[in-house]
Amino acid sequence: MSEFDVAGAAVQAALDAGARYADARVMHRRYESMSARNGDVEELTQDESLGLGVRALVGSSWGFQAVSELSARAARDAGHRAARTAAASGLVPGPAVDLIDSTPTTASWSSACEVDPLGVSLSTKGDLLVAATGTMTEHGADLTEGLYQIWDTAKWFVSSEGHRIDQRIRECGAGISATSIGDGETQRRSWPSYRGQYGTTGWELVDSLDLTAHAARIAEESRALLTAPLCPTGETDLILGGEQLALQIHESVGHAIELDRILGWEAAFAGTSWLDLTQLGSLRYGSELMNITIDPTIPGALGSFGYDDEGSPAVKRDAVRAGRWVGVLAGRDSAAVAGLDYGGSVRSDGWARLPMVRMTNVGLEPGPHTLEEIVAATDEGVLMDVNRSWSIDDKRLNFQFGCEIGWEIRNGRRGRMLRNPTYTGIGPLFWRSMDMLSAEIVSWGTPNCGKGQPGQIGHTGHPAAPARFRNVRVGVRA
Amino acid sequence: MTAADGAELDVAGQVVELVTRLAGPGAQAEVLVTRSELALTRFANSAIHQNVAESASEIQLRVHLDGRTAAGSAHGAVPDDLRALVERVLAMARFAPPDPAWPGLTPPAPVAASPEWDAATGYAGPDERAALVRAFVDAAGGLETAGYCRTALRATGFANSAGHAAQGYAAEAAMDGIARVGGADGTARRWVDRLADLDGAELGRRAAAKARAAADPVELPPGRYPVVLEPAAVADLLENLAWYGFNGKRYAERQSFAEPGVAQLDRAVTLVDDPLGVSGLPFDLEGTPARALTLVDAGTTTAVVHDRRSAAESGGESTGHARAGSATFGPIPRNLRLVPSGTAGTASTKGAGGTNAAGDATGTRGAAGNTTGARGAGGDAGGPGRVDPLAGAVTDADTAALVSRMERGLLVSDLWYTRVLEPKRLVVTGLTRNGVWLVEDGRVTRAVRDLRFTESYPRALGPGAVLEVGRRSVRLPDRWDGAWWEAPSLRLASWNFTGGASG
Repeated sequence: MSEFDVAGAAVQAALDAGARYADARVMHRRYESMSARNGDVEELTQDESLGLGVRALVGSSWGFQAVSELSARAARDAGHRAARTAAASGLVPGPAVDLIDSTPTTASWSSACEVDPLGVSLSTKGDLLVAATGTMTEHGADLTEGLYQIWDTAKWFVSSEGHRIDQRIRECGAGISATSIGDGETQRRSWPSYRGQYGTTGWELVDSLDLTAHAARIAEESRALLTAPLCPTGETDLILGGEQLALQIHESVGHAIELDRILGWEAAFAGTSWLDLTQLGSLRYGSELMNITIDPTIPGALGSFGYDDEGSPAVKRDAVRAGRWVGVLAGRDSAAVAGLDYGGSVRSDGWARLPMVRMTNVGLEPGPHTLEEIVAATDEGVLMDVNRSWSIDDKRLNFQFGCEIGWEIRNGRRGRMLRNPTYTGIGPLFWRSMDMLSAEIVSWGTPNCGKGQPGQIGHTGHPAAPARFRNVRVGVRA
Repeated sequence: MTAADGAELDVAGQVVELVTRLAGPGAQAEVLVTRSELALTRFANSAIHQNVAESASEIQLRVHLDGRTAAGSAHGAVPDDLRALVERVLAMARFAPPDPAWPGLTPPAPVAASPEWDAATGYAGPDERAALVRAFVDAAGGLETAGYCRTALRATGFANSAGHAAQGYAAEAAMDGIARVGGADGTARRWVDRLADLDGAELGRRAAAKARAAADPVELPPGRYPVVLEPAAVADLLENLAWYGFNGKRYAERQSFAEPGVAQLDRAVTLVDDPLGVSGLPFDLEGTPARALTLVDAGTTTAVVHDRRSAAESGGESTGHARAGSATFGPIPRNLRLVPSGTAGTASTKGAGGTNAAGDATGTRGAAGNTTGARGAGGDAGGPGRVDPLAGAVTDADTAALVSRMERGLLVSDLWYTRVLEPKRLVVTGLTRNGVWLVEDGRVTRAVRDLRFTESYPRALGPGAVLEVGRRSVRLPDRWDGAWWEAPSLRLASWNFTGGASG
C-alpha cells in the first residue's frame, strides 16, 4: 500500500464508523542532531519516526488516533478508534462544529534545499562543532557548546473531502554558545542565538552562519560579562536587537493572535489571550511602525510550508497593519466559530499529535531605519540582544525578558557592556512605544515552541529587525 | 498490547544480537524497547474539544564502536525495521567523531520488579476519561471549565551487550482542570497510578470554589511578602530545583547551586527522588536500576542525580537518571517529593504512596468541612445565612493551618511560566496564576490580581526562610507522563514580587 492508500483506508474506516468528516496524515520524519562540548562530540542521534494519525468528526465532537503500524488493518483500526473516541467526546458536548470551506486539492510540494543536510558527512559536521567549541575554550570560556539539528519530513494528507497532498520539508540549523563561570554566577554568549538559527532550508544555512568566525568573540564576551556593570534599574529607552525582537514577537504577538487561545480552547494550560474578537479590525495593538504578517510562503523561513495540516494552502495575511490588529492564526473549525473565512495555520508535531492552531512565520515588515541610525538617535538608553530568558502571563500581556548582553547607550553612541539585562512591560503598551524600526530584517527560526496537551513542539519563523521602544522598565532583579 | 508478556525484552535482545552479528563482539550496544498506550481527553468551555490516543512502539539503540558513539531510534518492531535501525546506527558510529568520554555500559545488576501497575488504568478507554470530565464539569456548578484527563501505559524491555537485561511496566493517570468565573480561575489537579482513584467531581468542586474565591481581585504593590505556597506552586519550585540544581551535568559544569554536604536549605526541607514509590519504571535508559535517592536531608544537600556520563565526569556512579537527551540537558530527578512535616522516614514505599493519596483525598474532603469552619474565622464577612465566596480560597485543612499562622502575606495557588534568569543562583522569574489572596491575621481577606516575581529559589528555601511545611502531600502531574512532583503546602518568610498586573 502507498502512504496515500494507508491514509485513505483510515479515513474511510472513520467514515464507516460514523464520522461526518475525517482526515489522516502519514508522516515519516528523520531527525539528526549532534552536540559538542569543550571540543568533543557529546551526543550524536538519528531518529526515524513513521506513523499515521487520523482525525474524525462525529456529530460535533472530535476524536484522534495515532498508530505506528502502517498496515491496512492497523489503518482501518485507527480510523474506527478515532470515530469511537469522537463519539465518547459527545458525553461532554460543545456547540455545533462547522468547517469553513476548503477546496479539495491534489498537490505535491517540497521546500527548497541546495545542500541536503543529511547528505553532509558526519565528520564534516562534527569537525565544525569540535572546531568552534575548541576555539571558544581557547578563548577563555569555561563551558562551550555547539549544536546542529536536522529534520527531514515527508507527509501524505488525505481528507474525506478529497484532499490528497504530499509534502517534503527539510529544516536545519545550528548554533554555538560560550559560558564563563564566576563567583556565584554564570554568563553566556551565543551565536547567532542560543541553540541556533534554523530555517526550512538545506545545510547552506549552517554554512552561512560561519560559526567558527564568531567563536572567539563570544567566548571573550562571556568572560568580560562576568565583570561588566549590572544593567541599571529604572525606565529608559530600550533598543532591541533583531534576535530578541523575534522572541518578543513570538511571545507577545504570535501566541496572542492564536484563535484557539482567543476562543478559550487553551485556557487551562497555555492560556487565553488579551485580545477580544469584537475588536478585530479596530484595536490599536502598536505604533504605526508595527506591520506584522502571517506568512508561511517566505522562502527558507522556519515556519514555511506548502499546505498546512488541514490541507489549506499557504497564504500571506496581515495580522497587524499600521499598528491596528487585523488578523489571526486560525484553522477550519476555529475560523467557523469566529465567523472568519480563512484558516491555514493548523499544524501537528508529527503523526502522533493532533493538528492544532500554530504560528507559521509571524513577523515584522521592515521599517525605515538602520540599527546605526537608531543608536545615533538615542541620547540615553540600553541596547539588549540575544534572548536568555522569557516569561509572559497566560493572557500574553505581562512579560519579562532577559538577554545575554546589553550595552549602555549615551549621546548616540554604544558604550559599556552591561550584564544581566532584563526588561519588563505590558504587550500593547510596549508595542505602542516603538518609534524606530530597522529595515535589516532576518527571519529568525524558533524550533522549540511548546503548546498543547499532550505536548507538541512547533517550528516557527519570525522576521524581525532592531527597533527602539521608549520608556521601558529595565534591570528587574531578585 | 494486551499483557505484560515480555515481548519488549525479546526485541531488545534481538537488537543486541544483531549489533554483535553485524559489528563483531567489540561493539558495545544498549537497547530500550518501549510500547505505549497514551491517551488524553481535553476539555475547554466545559466541552470536550480534543480527544486523542496513541498506540506506538519505539526502539532506542546506542552503540559504541571503535571509540565512537551514535544513537538512534525507530518506531515499529518488525524484523526489517530492526535490521535497518542497527545498520543505520552502526554506520553513524563508524563516521562519528571520537567520543573520549564514553562511560561504558551498565554491568549486570539486579533490577527490582516494577511496582504494582494497574492494567485498568493503562487500557482505560475514552468513555472512562469522558466520564471523569463530565463529573468535573458538573461539579463546577455552571462555571466555565477547562482541563484534561489522561492515562498512560508503558511496557519496556532493556538489554545491553554487557549481559544486562531488565523489563518493566508502569501505568498512570492524571487530571488537571480549572474553573472560571468573572475572569478569575481556580485549579485542581492530581496524579495517580490508578484511574479509579481520580475523583473528577471532587476536583471540579475544588476548582470552582477557588475560582469563586478569586473573583474581584485587587491590585497590590510589588514588594516582599510572606507567602503560603499551595502544592501546585511548590511543584514549580521542585521542578526548577530538579532541572537546574540537582542535575548532575549542570553540577559537573559548576552551573548548579548544589554543594553536597552543605546546609544550603532550611532544616525543614527534605527532598527525595522516589521513582518507585508508586507505579514507575524500575530502570533508566541505560539500564541502571531506579531507587529512592535523598537529595536534601533536613536542609543539607546530600546528592545530585547522574546518568553514566555525568557520573563519570564527576567521579561518581549513575543514580539511574539517564533518559533521551540527558547527555545534552543533563539527568533530571523527575519524581521529586518534598517530605511533609511529621514524616519519620524519607524513602517511601508503595504503601506509603497509597496512604498518601488516600490521606490527601480524605484531607481534601475534610478540608471542605475545615474550610467551613475557617469561615468562622472569616464568616463575619459573609453574614448569617450567606456563603462567603472567600471560603473557597483554602480547600484543605493542611493549607488552612498554615494560613492561620500567617500574620500578613499572600496565599498563592500556582506559579506560571517560570524561567531562569541566573542559573547559578537559580534566580527565576514568573507569575502567579489560578488564585492569589491577601491574608491578614491568619484569615483570607481579599483576592489579589496576579503578580510577577523574581526570586532565587534556594534563597527562598534557605536556612531560616521556611517557616512551616505542611503535613499532607499532593502528587501533581508534570506536563509529560512518567514525571510527577509531590509536595505539601509551604509557608515562607519572604517572596520577592517585582511587578503587578499593570506592569
